[in-house]
Amino acid sequence: MLSQENSSIFQKILHFFERIWLSIKSYFLRSVIQTKAARKTVLADGVSITKPYSFGLLNMVILFIITFYFWDLIVTTYFTVTPFELFVRRIPNFTNILSKMITDFKPDYLPTVIPPLIDTIQMAIIGTFIGAFLALPVAFLASQNLVKSKIITNFIKLILSFIRTIPTLVYAAILAFAFGYGTLIGVIATAIFTFGILTKMLYEVIETIDLGAFMAIESTGATKTKAFITSVIPQIMGTFLSFTLYSFEINIRSSAILGYVGAGGIGILLDDHMTWREYGHLGLILAVLLVVVFVIENISRFIRKKMS
Amino acid sequence: MNQEVLLMYEKRPKTLVRNIIMLVFFAIVIIWSTDTMQFSGINPNGIVISRSILDALTKPNLEWLFNFGTGTSIPNLMLETVAIAFLGTILGAILAVPFAFISARNITGKIASFLGNTVIGMIRTFPIFILGLMFIRVTGPGPLAGVLTIGISSIGMISKLYVEIIEDIDGGIIMALDATGANAIQRIRYGIIPQLTPNFISTAIYRFEINVRNATILSLVGAGGIGFTLTAALAVYRWTDAAAALWGIVIVVLFIEFVSNKIRNSLVSGNQ
Repeated sequence: MLSQENSSIFQKILHFFERIWLSIKSYFLRSVIQTKAARKTVLADGVSITKPYSFGLLNMVILFIITFYFWDLIVTTYFTVTPFELFVRRIPNFTNILSKMITDFKPDYLPTVIPPLIDTIQMAIIGTFIGAFLALPVAFLASQNLVKSKIITNFIKLILSFIRTIPTLVYAAILAFAFGYGTLIGVIATAIFTFGILTKMLYEVIETIDLGAFMAIESTGATKTKAFITSVIPQIMGTFLSFTLYSFEINIRSSAILGYVGAGGIGILLDDHMTWREYGHLGLILAVLLVVVFVIENISRFIRKKMS
Repeated sequence: MNQEVLLMYEKRPKTLVRNIIMLVFFAIVIIWSTDTMQFSGINPNGIVISRSILDALTKPNLEWLFNFGTGTSIPNLMLETVAIAFLGTILGAILAVPFAFISARNITGKIASFLGNTVIGMIRTFPIFILGLMFIRVTGPGPLAGVLTIGISSIGMISKLYVEIIEDIDGGIIMALDATGANAIQRIRYGIIPQLTPNFISTAIYRFEINVRNATILSLVGAGGIGFTLTAALAVYRWTDAAAALWGIVIVVLFIEFVSNKIRNSLVSGNQ
């Protein structure tokens, strides 16, 4: 009697799980396999509509597989070597640094921070300027609608995408071998990076500009150069300046860490204080950096708004 | 007709003064900055070294570049770099969602959004190396520190872009759903989520591209990936090895950029 009741409960549970499994299976089949019949609907007036195949769930499955593979590669491997308790016990190391940055805050250290900070800002300014100066002509050469030869434009675009793949810091590390340590390599590395991204952003805009005005001016008898200066340049100039300021904002952030490979600026101080565990000094530098970036971003945004 | 044109020409916006002020401002700033260009003379070995670097770029250590077997070959290191960037991006993209909803002005009030944006700005300026070194104190050197660093540092930019997406939500769709009698959950499911997901995913993929680059440089502080191998090879003047690592980065980043552009274009145009 008792066992019979038990088995009926057990069967109920089994049935319940079976139903869940079946609904999951049918959902999976509907979403991943999606037979043509399942995607077809017949409307009231007899017109039949076939929904296009949706890759949504398939993409999710692929994403999960990749994530699990990488998870296995890094996280699982890590915890087979290191016990989890050790990881948990060391979490306060992180929070301690953060709290020391605030409690040991060193305001009288400010005068020492200012000169390398100015170096960092100057590095970003001059690097952005050189990069932007070189980017404008090359961007014109890379746009399909101005240069008719596809070989030239594609070649330039290929070179540009090679330039863009290497991070600024790696450029600085390589340049240090040729030019020695100092702010100069920071400037050159920043200029190369700016040149890479700015040219790409620019030729994408140039390829969409309206050439009607150019042709109209040319038809009034103006020379090609004159038509170019009066019709194409004004369309580009605002965008160009705004993009330049935008990459300047990126460069300010990235030049702060260039000191790590000997490119001068505030990165050297960051490195030193991190090594000597002087978190109070570090807190001050980070606060100053935050203020500078905030001010520069707002000036840049103000100018960009004025120009458009 | 001519009169009218001349009249309009007279009334054109006067931008001369503004342009001159701006030009002078930029000129002063740029001239002020030129003293960073202290050219202390090229390193005596500099020319020789730069020539050998350029030479090595044309003939990288191919054996190392295409060695798929052992532990420290370029493909394995690149795989680790991409894995760090991938897991970090997923972590950052998930953690950014609450930050973004708190900082969106149309969801919370002015005060909460201001506080949220300040926190986002702080995360954005926090130098990635410092964060990396802080996480290494927790995990020890290795790729897991890289994943955590990439994840936390991505929150800044990702949530900044998320906020813009959330603030652009079209309220009409939600009202229309309301009119058909949809309840709150249905309004979120059919009114809000479809508006946000494609843009959120597109943002995350864009950040993934940046993170692959960040993962290569993060390795300089010991957080796993290829960058350390590259600088170590440079430090001992093994140019062909360094060139192999550089080519590894170039190939993988170009491939990822290509795939990410394809996916993002299909997300924008809607046909998957």
